[in-house]
Amino acid sequence: MKIVHSWLNDLVPVGDDIDAVADLITNLGLAVEDVAHVGGSVAGVITARVLRTERHPDAAKVHRVFVDAGDGVERHVWCGAFNMQAGDIIPLATPGTVMPDGRAIEPKPILGISSDGMLCSSRELGLGDDHSGILILPGDVPLGVPYGEALGLGEEIVYDLDVLRNRPDCYGHLGVARDVAAKLGVELTPAPAHVDPVEPARSATVKIVDGDRCARFTTVVISGIVVGPSPDWMRRRLSAAGMRPLNNVVDVSNYVMLECNQPNHPYDLDTLGGGGFIVRRAKEGEEIVTLDDVTRAMSAADLLICDADDVPIGIGGIMGAKNSEIRDSTTTVALEMAWFEPNAIMASANKLGLRSEASARFERGVDPFGMGRAGSRFVELLRITCPDLVVHAGGVDERSSDLPRPNVVAVRPAAVSALLGTNFDVDAIRAIIEPIGFSCEPTAAGAVTVLTPTWRPDCTMEVDLVEEVARHYGYERLGKTVPKSTIPGGLTALQHRRRRLREVLLGLGISEAMPHPFLAADDLAKAGLPGEAVRLTNPLAAGDDVLRASLRPGLLKAIAFNESHRQVGVSLFEIGHVYPPSDDVLPAEYEALAVVLAGAQAADAVAVWRELASAMGWGARLDQSNVPAGTHPARSATLSLGRDPVGVVGEIHPDVADAFEVTERVAILELNLSVLLANEPSVPRWKPTSRFPSSDLDLALVVPDSVTAEKVDKAIRQSAGALLVDLQLFDVYRGAAAGDGARSLAYRLRLQSADRTLTDDDVAAVRTKVEAATSKLGATLRS
Amino acid sequence: MWRWRQQLLRLKSHGSDGKARAMIDDIVVQVKAARDGALARLVAAATSDDVRAVEIDVLGKKGSLTDLKTGLGKLATIEEKKQAGSALNEAASTVAEALAARLSELRRAERAVQLEVERVDLTEIMRQPQRGHAHVVTQAWQRLEDVFVGLGFQVAEGPEVETDWYNFEALNMPANHPARSMHDTFYVDHGAPGSTVLRTHTSPVQMRVMQTVAPPIYMIMPGRVFRNETTDATHLAVFHQIEGLVIDRGITLADLAGTIEAFTKSFFGPGFTSRLRPSYFPFTEPSAEFDIRTPSGQWLELGGSGMVHPNVLRAGGLDPEEWSGFAFGFGIDRMAKERHGINDVREMYSNDIRFLEQF
Repeated sequence: MKIVHSWLNDLVPVGDDIDAVADLITNLGLAVEDVAHVGGSVAGVITARVLRTERHPDAAKVHRVFVDAGDGVERHVWCGAFNMQAGDIIPLATPGTVMPDGRAIEPKPILGISSDGMLCSSRELGLGDDHSGILILPGDVPLGVPYGEALGLGEEIVYDLDVLRNRPDCYGHLGVARDVAAKLGVELTPAPAHVDPVEPARSATVKIVDGDRCARFTTVVISGIVVGPSPDWMRRRLSAAGMRPLNNVVDVSNYVMLECNQPNHPYDLDTLGGGGFIVRRAKEGEEIVTLDDVTRAMSAADLLICDADDVPIGIGGIMGAKNSEIRDSTTTVALEMAWFEPNAIMASANKLGLRSEASARFERGVDPFGMGRAGSRFVELLRITCPDLVVHAGGVDERSSDLPRPNVVAVRPAAVSALLGTNFDVDAIRAIIEPIGFSCEPTAAGAVTVLTPTWRPDCTMEVDLVEEVARHYGYERLGKTVPKSTIPGGLTALQHRRRRLREVLLGLGISEAMPHPFLAADDLAKAGLPGEAVRLTNPLAAGDDVLRASLRPGLLKAIAFNESHRQVGVSLFEIGHVYPPSDDVLPAEYEALAVVLAGAQAADAVAVWRELASAMGWGARLDQSNVPAGTHPARSATLSLGRDPVGVVGEIHPDVADAFEVTERVAILELNLSVLLANEPSVPRWKPTSRFPSSDLDLALVVPDSVTAEKVDKAIRQSAGALLVDLQLFDVYRGAAAGDGARSLAYRLRLQSADRTLTDDDVAAVRTKVEAATSKLGATLRS
Repeated sequence: MWRWRQQLLRLKSHGSDGKARAMIDDIVVQVKAARDGALARLVAAATSDDVRAVEIDVLGKKGSLTDLKTGLGKLATIEEKKQAGSALNEAASTVAEALAARLSELRRAERAVQLEVERVDLTEIMRQPQRGHAHVVTQAWQRLEDVFVGLGFQVAEGPEVETDWYNFEALNMPANHPARSMHDTFYVDHGAPGSTVLRTHTSPVQMRVMQTVAPPIYMIMPGRVFRNETTDATHLAVFHQIEGLVIDRGITLADLAGTIEAFTKSFFGPGFTSRLRPSYFPFTEPSAEFDIRTPSGQWLELGGSGMVHPNVLRAGGLDPEEWSGFAFGFGIDRMAKERHGINDVREMYSNDIRFLEQF
């Protein structure tokens, strides 16, 4: 909302310290987001008198103009226009001036003679389209002053306010002025005198068909109007507030709206069919041509203003029809002011994609009892240009039972004080809220019964009044205290575990990515992942159609992106939510971890898994017989906790890599963190380290390919018994020496006793047992 | 040395049994010659190996002094044996001392040579272990958590896909509430049309906390939020917020101001201050924007806050006559953006390793 300083100052004297006024308004909750200086003179362009002009023999298109800018110094300017004479007052742009088009004025010499600036046309000063010659200013003005003074161009200062939903009244200057006056402790300029209508009575009839949508509709007939231009100050203020001045009738209508927050519409009574109005819901498909020259099809949710012949002349509360415009010949108007149900206006404006100054106000809620003041103001302002206007008796005021009434709210000083932490008694509360229009009636119980002003539909509860008290008392005066908590701060165990997980991943050299949680509809299928995804009803862009059910596609896109920027071998992880569909109230959202290692092998992913499992105390079974979707069938496994799959480890299927245009091998680890982080890991128990020397036993076993290393590992551990303190697979060999369908697995067993030095016999015994156990798996000791 | 002393002891106990008689003077002269010869060789020794050669030649099994020892038995009297033995011992220890000194001198010199030979240019680094880089948003998120934990807050989380009830209705924004238009909401096809949204703020977690945790409540709720608005250098459709909720007996607007102030000083630094400014949010009343002032005096808008609206307390199952509280919230991404001077927030989600590894 644009609030014009001079306009505000008419309603409440605020002085001319613009920054102070802006701060004051901001601290009332009406954030001033910008202060603009609108109109006025271009800085650096001053009045000067033409002393004489002189042709130069070598210059055909320009002549020399000598001017006096009031300082007695004769200045010389080259000029291409010839419309001035000695004695004329003209605008002189002095060197250094930046013109509205951005051009900087420099002393540019012509024929070796420099120029002390530039004489300006109307267009060059942004005053209009006239570029036929230099602008000749009215005489009788001092020299050397901003040219605007000669033109009556006042600069307007405009505050751009971020008016929030709870303050519809501040969509008018009056609402802001009322708050400011109360804060400054000064009186608001009195309301305009009530206009006494005179005979002969003339009426514009009103029939409200849908009273739930239009709860009040008033008309008054005004004659004796002469359509013409508005006074300069009014045009200037309207322009500054962002409205285009048109003629005195339309300008006054807009001015009243911007001041009183009461949209209104003067209809030419002579062209108003049947001389009256019908307010009704539109028929499905009914058409209307709005003021912006667009033909619009209505639905039954829209409200129409029709003339008494039932011809639509406006969309109620939103925009008038083309056929309702004021003409130059208009002499008599029916001034209409109404109150429309806000939610329906919002819905209708949204549906039609049609927002206007009027709809913005009606959808927030205008004062249902504000027509009187607005009408008087309309007449007062129009009388400036139409001194002979007549306000006719016979005004119509139709209301429905849906018209809002003032709210009555009981306010307890103790409740106000308790919430604000400062004591406010009845008198203090009254002193604060009465100046902004609340009337108070103390009760016997020590509370106050507050009648809220009808322009404040937001105030319906005690807490609304608490806010009014705080706002006008000043938040900054309420102090700063810290509550005395008896709760210890901290992360939950799960949150601590998540942090540890992240630290371990980072320590493994893997960086954290944050891909977009939206995917294209076919991304999951491209990743070889089955199942449906939850669709966005209103996606922002193509490719953002569904919610991810897996972190995998996002990370594969990240790998592809990096590859395409010549970044290979990138390792990334993400900890984030995925949202598979479900039949429950909400999708089956859970937290997941995915690790992708570009240019790596399945074994690298398994190594990451092992390190995480060790750090986090996770035990999950690696089941290579259960190949997860979208992974390399011979290099991937499901990680299971009991019967439940909790993860995937291995390599991306080459088809999937192709689909995402990834050329490197990609090792992958995925875990369901909602499951894994929820479990309290067992705390590692201390095992005493032996003081006795250890012995290493190296065994190379030729094992059929059908037997997994995990099985061999298990057999060794079980058979070696308590003496085995560490087991490493240190070499895998496939080749002729191992034979077909088998490979050689070389293990190093570290044997150690807690209570003695091992003998050769001890080592030999372990060797025998291991050999026996592994031979059952089909393994033979390689000599 | 050690071995030689053993031999010497043996010599002492058996020497008197020898038959040959030698001249004591002759032995003493030979001892001196052997000693002086050894000392001269030590002075001339250029390497530790040279020193070891002297040791072998003089004090070794067949060394010159060792040989002389065996000759002690040939002396006639105990007195002579004593005299020669003492001369021998003196010479041997003189040689041993000189030997040790020369050896240590030469080792020092050799070590010095070795060290110089091993000289490397420590700026010639060809590869180094790489740490992983936590995402800038995670870094900001954790810093914020840590500061609030220090101020006595716990951390709560909730789902990112929410019901309309949790996201709007319970937060005093019933259907058709005009304030809903302040939220550009993503809806998803789940359940009844319009029933399920991507949460537009972290506030639904407030409601879930109120429903499950008995007051007093001192919680922060960080998380991902969604707004259906076009992405540009300063706006994202998916971003992160952190929200605080305090519910206790007798909580006041001044407590909100004081908590914001304490946060401001601990997160941004002691030179920063804060202020509350009236504003409007449907779920709080009185509502406030909060701004922080930098040490250079510049005010920056940070977030929204206010006293929890009685309707919200009721929706959370709490009696507003018994409990009061405040809530506040602001963006996490912006903390990262400002801290690192990132002028395009989209960059933060590019997953470009060249971006990630900067932080």
